[in-house]
Amino acid sequence: MDNKSEIIEIIYQSIDEINREEKLDIHKDILTKLFGRGSSLDSLGLVNLIVSVEEKINIKFGVAISLVDEKAMSQKSSPFLNIESLTNYILLLLIEVI
Amino acid sequence: MDKKVMLITGTRKGIGRYLSEYYIKQGYFVIGCSRSESDFVNNNYKHYCLDVADEAQVKRLFKDLLKDYGRLDVLLNNAGVASMNHLLLTPLKTVENIFNTNFVGTFLFCREGAKLMMKNKCGRIVNFSTVAVPLKLEGEAIYASSKAAIVKLTEIMSKEFANLGITVNAIGPTPIETDLIKSVPKEKMDNLMNVQSIKRYGELSDISNVINFFIKKESDFITGQTVYLGGIS
Repeated sequence: MDNKSEIIEIIYQSIDEINREEKLDIHKDILTKLFGRGSSLDSLGLVNLIVSVEEKINIKFGVAISLVDEKAMSQKSSPFLNIESLTNYILLLLIEVI
Repeated sequence: MDKKVMLITGTRKGIGRYLSEYYIKQGYFVIGCSRSESDFVNNNYKHYCLDVADEAQVKRLFKDLLKDYGRLDVLLNNAGVASMNHLLLTPLKTVENIFNTNFVGTFLFCREGAKLMMKNKCGRIVNFSTVAVPLKLEGEAIYASSKAAIVKLTEIMSKEFANLGITVNAIGPTPIETDLIKSVPKEKMDNLMNVQSIKRYGELSDISNVINFFIKKESDFITGQTVYLGGIS
């Protein structure tokens, strides 16, 4: 499995956890909105997702990335818009540290 | 890890060293850190050398914590520096150093610590303020300001972390005879003691007394509070 597929899988696992714990029904699709209008996640849900994904990335790739750094916060288009944008952002971060 | 895990910053000497030894005796596994090596050796203690304001070093510590122990039950943000000086004689470098160690260090450890604690939906964070904040101590503008920022951080974090099962409180010690106050003139110490309701130096056990209250299981309804010693408010 290539890195991009592994990252998507990690995000889907985190969404499974959140769906279970918060009794939500967030759809696992790369265009599923994570943030902003139309998203099923509230701010706490987004925090839980980010923390879960960071931890799984840490375990899978052995690197401690921070998804909420100044780069993420200053981008014109938020990396948390949907699963695809989050995946691409994580790929960028991994390229920098690996 | 079956034992409860406690992380304490600033453990090479003073209050941090005392708290490490005390909580090991209480049955915790303690992880400590400071900028240099510690001479404290114990099977239930692990030491890290790092700068608490260095994000990469802090993230590496928590990466190890997750891998080696999988849990964090208590975080004590004790690491702190002070520099007594009139504001007009205070270099910018001093301001940056004090705010980095005291405030940024506390922020980084709280952020990363909470991520671990929320996995178990349970955690205790205790931050360190100082009586210099309510007393508005002259000569301590920068130190007291950094600690006032920690108090505000504590109060707001306590609200943001409440749903995560994490309580966040702070203790404000009076002067305790450690290296932090060794260069403060005796006259200033005596003047400070005179405004305390209870006029004595704080003891190390006064600190652990308050921390014990904050971190006990029954204190899950206590959050966002700062307790100052010696009757100061």
